[in-house]
Amino acid sequence: MHKVSIGRKILSANEEYALQNSQFLNERKKLCLNMISSPGSGKTTILTRTINELKGEIKIGVIEGDIQTDLDAGRIRATEAPVVQINTEGACHLSAVQVSGALEKLPIGVLDLIFIENVGNLVCPSAFELGEAGKIVVLSVAEGDDKPVKYPAIFAKSKALLINKIDLLEAVGQVDFCLERAKADARKLNKDIEIFPVSAKTGEGMTDWYDWLKGKVNNLR
Amino acid sequence: MHEMAVAQSILTTISAEAEKQNAKPVIARISCGKLYAINAEALGFAFEAIAKGTTCEGTKLVVEHKPIRGQCRNCGEIFEFELTSPACPKCGSEDFGLLPDEPLILEDIEFLTE
Repeated sequence: MHKVSIGRKILSANEEYALQNSQFLNERKKLCLNMISSPGSGKTTILTRTINELKGEIKIGVIEGDIQTDLDAGRIRATEAPVVQINTEGACHLSAVQVSGALEKLPIGVLDLIFIENVGNLVCPSAFELGEAGKIVVLSVAEGDDKPVKYPAIFAKSKALLINKIDLLEAVGQVDFCLERAKADARKLNKDIEIFPVSAKTGEGMTDWYDWLKGKVNNLR
Repeated sequence: MHEMAVAQSILTTISAEAEKQNAKPVIARISCGKLYAINAEALGFAFEAIAKGTTCEGTKLVVEHKPIRGQCRNCGEIFEFELTSPACPKCGSEDFGLLPDEPLILEDIEFLTE
């Protein structure tokens, strides 16, 4: 047997596309955020509410990632925001080359902010850079407050954490979720993470999230 | 299951090297940071499945996970930490930044020598 040293990065094809996407967005001064969560945490509801309530202030476009269907794109389209649906046909994450194609289809010139709604999955999407300026992780209270400890990678890498469906916390005895525990565990992994407890359904807490987004967009203007 | 995408990239790289060496690859060593979410078993399974019928059929993958590192904002110490109870080993501070995860690297390949 003889050994040959290689020392080559393996995700390099994805990283090259991610770098291209990032350059494309930076040159045009567009903010791009990659939203990651389990299925059913409320990503699309957060987006539709955010788009509607920031209308006139921030122009938002969306890249929707799903394994199948364009149901989520349909919900975004109802807000009149530009949207491109990607179907991964079974793949558990979006890749940078798919996002590159989707960016070309969006009317990028008129947008301030592009959200990428990744495939519902708290694990795999965290390993694939798409060229975004930051990752946003969403955790809904029905999933349990132990998720930052059990799925640490995405909480360690994200710029912001939205703890969604906090209206359910009022149904005492129905949902066991300690907001303080989830916050403390996320901050243990990531001191800089911004945490927004929200209800995309009732609108509670959303103003702080909007202010944070506006700050980020204005920094680029 | 994103290991399938990673396995495909590994297969491409090893196959190219095997052609260059004109030899059969026996063991390939991969390293990556813990945050890469690569499961060795799933990667091995995916690789085995797609390597069938290629020069990499039967090649064994060995995965080494590199620890996660943080840098203390109080004393500057760079340290490896466990995700369960991260704190600076030197000064005890819990205020630290996470250093970038080690990339996924194909370290080396052992080939069968004729």
